[in-house]
Amino acid sequence: MKYSNITEKISLVKNNKISLKENVKYFLSRIDERKNLNAFNFVFADEALHQAEIIEKKIKSGEHGKLAGAVIAIKDVLSYKDHTLTCSSKILSNFIAVYTATAIQKLIDEDAIIIGKTNCDEFAMGSSNENSAFGAVLNPIDESRVPGGSSGGSAVAVAADMCDASLGTDTGGSIRQPAAFCGIFGLKPSYGRVSRFGLTAFASSFDTIGPFAKNVDDIALILNVISGRDDRDSTSVDSESIDYPIIKRQDKKFIIGFPKEYFGDGLDKEIKEKIWSVIEVLKQNDFEVKEISLPMTEYNIATYYILTTAEASSNLARYDGARYGYRSRNSSTLEEMYVNSRSEGFGSEVKRRIMLGTYVLSSGYYDAYYRKAQKVRRLIKEDFDKAFSQVDLIITPTTPSVAFKLGEKSNDPLQMYLSDIYTTSANLAGIPGLNIPIGNNQNGLPIGMQVLAKQFDENKIFQFADILNLAG
Amino acid sequence: MQIKNNKYEAVIGLEVHAQLLTETKAFCGCSTKFGNAPNSNVCPVCLGHPGVLPVLNKKVVEFTVLMGLATNCTINKHSIFARKNYFYPDLPKGYQISQYEEPICENGFINIKTTDGMNKKIRIKRIHMEEDAGKSIHDQSEYTLVDVNRCGVPLIEIVTEPDINSPEEAYQYLTKIKQIVQYLGICDGNMEEGSLRCDANVSVRLKGEKKLGVKTEIKNMNSFRNVERALYYEIERQTDLMEYGEEIIQQTLLWNADLNEAFPMRSKEEAHDYRYFPDPDLLPVIVDEEWKNEIAARMPELPEARFNRFIEQYKLPEYDSEILTQSKELADYYEKVVKLTTDFKATSNWIMTDVLGFLNEKKIEVKQFPVTADNLGKLINLISNGTISSKIAREVFQIMLETNDEPEKIVKEQNLVQISDEGEIIKIIYNVLEKSKNQIEEFLSGKDKVLGFFVGQVMKETKGKANPQLVNQLLKSELEKYRK
Repeated sequence: MKYSNITEKISLVKNNKISLKENVKYFLSRIDERKNLNAFNFVFADEALHQAEIIEKKIKSGEHGKLAGAVIAIKDVLSYKDHTLTCSSKILSNFIAVYTATAIQKLIDEDAIIIGKTNCDEFAMGSSNENSAFGAVLNPIDESRVPGGSSGGSAVAVAADMCDASLGTDTGGSIRQPAAFCGIFGLKPSYGRVSRFGLTAFASSFDTIGPFAKNVDDIALILNVISGRDDRDSTSVDSESIDYPIIKRQDKKFIIGFPKEYFGDGLDKEIKEKIWSVIEVLKQNDFEVKEISLPMTEYNIATYYILTTAEASSNLARYDGARYGYRSRNSSTLEEMYVNSRSEGFGSEVKRRIMLGTYVLSSGYYDAYYRKAQKVRRLIKEDFDKAFSQVDLIITPTTPSVAFKLGEKSNDPLQMYLSDIYTTSANLAGIPGLNIPIGNNQNGLPIGMQVLAKQFDENKIFQFADILNLAG
Repeated sequence: MQIKNNKYEAVIGLEVHAQLLTETKAFCGCSTKFGNAPNSNVCPVCLGHPGVLPVLNKKVVEFTVLMGLATNCTINKHSIFARKNYFYPDLPKGYQISQYEEPICENGFINIKTTDGMNKKIRIKRIHMEEDAGKSIHDQSEYTLVDVNRCGVPLIEIVTEPDINSPEEAYQYLTKIKQIVQYLGICDGNMEEGSLRCDANVSVRLKGEKKLGVKTEIKNMNSFRNVERALYYEIERQTDLMEYGEEIIQQTLLWNADLNEAFPMRSKEEAHDYRYFPDPDLLPVIVDEEWKNEIAARMPELPEARFNRFIEQYKLPEYDSEILTQSKELADYYEKVVKLTTDFKATSNWIMTDVLGFLNEKKIEVKQFPVTADNLGKLINLISNGTISSKIAREVFQIMLETNDEPEKIVKEQNLVQISDEGEIIKIIYNVLEKSKNQIEEFLSGKDKVLGFFVGQVMKETKGKANPQLVNQLLKSELEKYRK
């Protein structure tokens, strides 16, 4: 399909250059052709085609929303009324949502077409999309490799041209890492920018909803739509609005920092080189680029896994077989019902995290783990506050390696956790982060660069990405 | 009742849960109405569906702050919600939203009267906000039924320091707490219906000993009397163990009111590690000076102030004021009656004997009392303006209890108006004296008591309607005439 972004698509539909129905049919055929990638848990073909007809008329009449006809896939942890909400887990395999998440409702209100729900790691726990009751998702660039996780399906749906854009969720890198592995844009917004109402909680103080797209304009447009204070989410805020279209900055006055701790051991050589070459381009274009330090970096992963598993152990307690979802048939007492339903219903990574989280909150261990980690989290935030008093934006690699092989890390949870080493900090600090695809390695696998900004400074990130695009 | 062995002293701390009278639940918009069809006051939020979030009902904070101010607590500017994690079918989220570290109110006290009439200060350690769980019903089917209507209904938990030393003091404390929440209008205070619940921590030690003994916790006491009885039971049990040198085990006991006995909970049920941690879905609650003052400005008159005002304004004895201000409804009723009559003390007498007598006999609340304050006021006025005598008034009152008709109407229909016409009374007196020559002789010979006989006869003739003062007065002057 030949259009550079959603806004252009709307004008093409308006001018009869393309038919929205044909456009949806094209995406449906792509989904079908690459079924083996396993990107979708559910495809809403009839609904999408039906919506295409209605919205095409709206566009022609001139009375349409900002996302009119944008074909969007949503991660299967987001609640969408009357549609199955599985979180890629057996424990919710039969669960139909009774209400719609605020972010989804905002897409629909702006006339987006929801084409389906995408596969992901179970309850968004994972970095490879291999932990899914629906099976692993494959990377469209190299099918022997993982697409990243946990929003693997959402990344693949965009990368493999199955939709215009998609929504994922990011608790520790679950949007940025798969975006990097699949060579597309993926944004983790500031905590509080997008309502979490309807996002199945994994770690409530870390979870965010954000978009995947092939260009930064669509990222900004979708964020513009889904942002804002929601009375149903006390942690949401009315922050500075997202400019759309992106304000073109020709003055290039941003000061860019690169934290030395993010370029040390364990970083793939080709990724490092690629980022250096971006820094060179920036310098050639008169940007001030300087090395900075985020000294707490070494504690990111430990802090992240203590706090997120603690919250998860409580958030996932509701899946107990008592009221909805999977209930084991092999139980005769209440306790057996709980134990069997949860043992049979959850996958091993989810169980591992529930156990870790239960442990760190237990009496006798709370102070040593949970309380300590809360303190460290504050220090990590302070690191960023200090850094952003010197620079406007921070650039880092998104991932330490390119997409790895399926099965390569499935038996080594620690190695798997380390693939989030550069991304967890943004969730710990509540700041926004965008993956920008900056090229491929010599095997043709995508490399991503992460751009971080102060909380609610997404506009700067978009302006920077736009400039980089011009300079690129 | 008395503790048998006075070598020992009991140390008691109480935890009272009071259900708040908000229209909607603590963290969602569902109704809190009691008695609706099971599982009808529910939404995805209180059902714990995936992706839902709690949003705090401001009223809950305001009610709690009112209680904190009424009990002399410090209102913390910054307080946080925590999750209390445990599995149970009537707890849909698998955790209860409560407060743990940093509660909203701390370090308060209330005064109670001890059995020897002394004032005693009971310190309040903390008051915090939380949500109620649902109800599990075990006895209506072979299955356990779950009703989640109550799930998310706001509660406050009021925790004392271990300042209570006897079951009577515990009873006094509860009475006072009930009185305060009712005056504040934040809880209906009905322990039998579960809107007020109480758990007790009890230990026993030798008098003079500073160290606290091993404590037990008693739950499931669903009336004030049960709290008293359960405490007696437990204090005696612990005292006996101490006397025989046996060990007191720290445990949780469930009171069985039918058997008048407490039984230990299964240790598995108590072995909870609730894994409290701050609820990441809720922001800290900030009660700044401005909000606190706004809430304080809405503080209604509290029991103690009203007690003093009744003495001052209506010139009532302390005893009357104490009884009338015991419950807000009764005090309100009194004040409605005295809007119509200036006979403050007579009104007090009517309420303390006739009204309360009826309420106690029928075991009903003030709000269910059939005679309106207006009608009682009118009745009292009929006495003070001489229309009817107090004796007749009691008859009228009996009719009012049945019909709540206006007293004037009853008096008219039943022809009960007092006879105060001198001529009419004189005529009757003549008739009586005519037939009582012997009694007149006796009276003249100095037997004053015989006057009563004549009064009785006149009353009999008038079916009790003659104005008694007038009868007395006229009889005396008529009899004097015989001396001449």
